[in-house]
Amino acid sequence: MGVFEMPSLGADMEAGTLVEWLIGPGDTVNRGDVVAVVETQKGAIEIETFEAGIVQELLAELGRELPVGSPLAVILAEGEVPPDSAAPKPAPAAAPPTPEPATAAEPAKEPIAPASVPAEEMPSGTVAISPAARLRARELGLDLSSVTGSFPGGAIVLKDVDAASGAAAPAPPKRKTNPMEEMRKAIAAAMTRSKRTIPHLYLSETIDVEPAIRFLEARNADAAPTERILLGAVFIRAATLAAAEVKEMNGRYLEDQRFVPATQVNPGVAIALRGGGLVAPALIDAVPMSLEETMAGMRDLVFRARAGRLRSSETTQGTITISSLGETGAEAMTGVIFPPQVALVGIGSPNKRPWVVDGQVVPRTVVTLTISADHRVSDGRQVARFISVFEKLMKTPEEL
Amino acid sequence: MTETEYRAAFVEELVRVAPDIEPDSVGDADHIQGDLELDSMDVLNLVLALHTRFGVDIPESDYPKIATAALAAEYLASHAGQGA
Repeated sequence: MGVFEMPSLGADMEAGTLVEWLIGPGDTVNRGDVVAVVETQKGAIEIETFEAGIVQELLAELGRELPVGSPLAVILAEGEVPPDSAAPKPAPAAAPPTPEPATAAEPAKEPIAPASVPAEEMPSGTVAISPAARLRARELGLDLSSVTGSFPGGAIVLKDVDAASGAAAPAPPKRKTNPMEEMRKAIAAAMTRSKRTIPHLYLSETIDVEPAIRFLEARNADAAPTERILLGAVFIRAATLAAAEVKEMNGRYLEDQRFVPATQVNPGVAIALRGGGLVAPALIDAVPMSLEETMAGMRDLVFRARAGRLRSSETTQGTITISSLGETGAEAMTGVIFPPQVALVGIGSPNKRPWVVDGQVVPRTVVTLTISADHRVSDGRQVARFISVFEKLMKTPEEL
Repeated sequence: MTETEYRAAFVEELVRVAPDIEPDSVGDADHIQGDLELDSMDVLNLVLALHTRFGVDIPESDYPKIATAALAAEYLASHAGQGA
C-alpha cells in the first residue's frame, strides 16, 4: 500500500496547503499523473504521483496547511487489497508527518513537529465537520445543519460549505501573509543556505553570439510567431549539451557530503515573475530534445510559471540552473547556485562590441557567460571545459 | 477600425500578456521592453496575440515598429485587413 505524502517541493519547504484534488476514490492513476494542487511559498504547484495504482482513499482535505510528509491519500497498487478495509482511517492530522532529515548545516532548525497541526477535533454532533469548513461557515454565517457532507463518511468539508453558500467555486485558502513576502522568504532561505554551504567558484568568458543571432534571424524570417525561436532557447540548448559532457556540473550535492551526478540533464530555467520574485522550474530530460522542442518547453514553463501552475517534478528535479538576463538586462551576472545543484550558468544581455575576427576589428554582438560552480565538486578545469563546449556550440548553432 | 481603436486593442493584448500593467497607465511613447519591462518571451506572446486577433504577420524585423502603443496603433492600422 502506498501512502501518498505531502512532498517537499524545494530545499526549504516545510508545509504546503492542499487546494485541489484531481483524483477521487476509485480512480486509476499512473506514474507521473498530476493528482493534486498544493499552494506553496512559490505559488501553486501541481503534484505528481510516483506510484501507479487505484486511489483507495483521500486522507487530506482542501484548504489545510500540512507539513511535508503528511499523508494525503492512499493509493493501492493493482491487485493490492487494503490492509483493513473495515476500520476507518485515522483523521489526517492524527498521523505524524515524517520530517525531512534535518540538514547538517542547520542543526538549530526546529524539527517539523506534528504538534504544528492542530489535532482534528470531532464535533459533538453526529456529523463530522472539517475545521476549514467550520471556519468558512462561521465566516459566511451559514448554519451547518443545512449542509450535506460529501466527504467519504458524510463529513462536511470546505467545498460543501461553499456549495451550500452558493459560491460557484471554492475560494483560495486564506493566506497568512502576502504571496510576495512568502516568495521572498523562500528565495532568502535557499540563497542563504547556498552562500553558507557552497564554496562558489566563478569563471567567465565573453562569447561572440553573432553566428547564433544570424542563424535565428534567417530561421525566424519566414516563421509564424508560434514557430519562432528565441536566443534564450539557444542558450538553454547549449548549456544542456555542455552539462551532458561535463558531469561535475550536472547533479546534486547530498547532505552526506557526496556528489551524485545526474543521469539526465534537467536544466532549471530561471524565470523572473512580473511584480517580483523568481522561480527556476526544470525542463525535464532536455538532452534528447531538438532546439524547437527546447523552445516549446521553455515557452510552456514560462507560461505556467507566471500562471502559477508548475509541476512538482519541475520544482524539485533541476540538475543545473540557467539564468539569462534577456535583451535589456545588465552585461554580466555572477549568480548564486540553487542548492542542492552544483552549478549555475549566468548569461548577460547581448551587446554590440568591437571584436577581433580574423585580424580585423569588427562590430559583433557578444554575451558574457559566467559559470558559478561548487568547488567541492569541480575545479577550474572542468568549468573551463563547460565554457569551451558552450562556446563551440554557439559558433555552430545549426548543430544544436 | 480607427487608429484609436487599434491602440485600445493593442493595450488590451498587452495587458493580457502582462496582467500587472494598468491599461490606463500605458503612455503613447512607453517602450514595451524599456519602460513596461516585457521580456522577449512576452514580446513573442504579444506578437502572437496580435497575429491571432488581426491576422497581421509581424516579422521580427518589424518588432521596433510595435515598440510603443502609438507606433503599434499606426502599424496595425496600416497592416491589418490587408490579408498580410
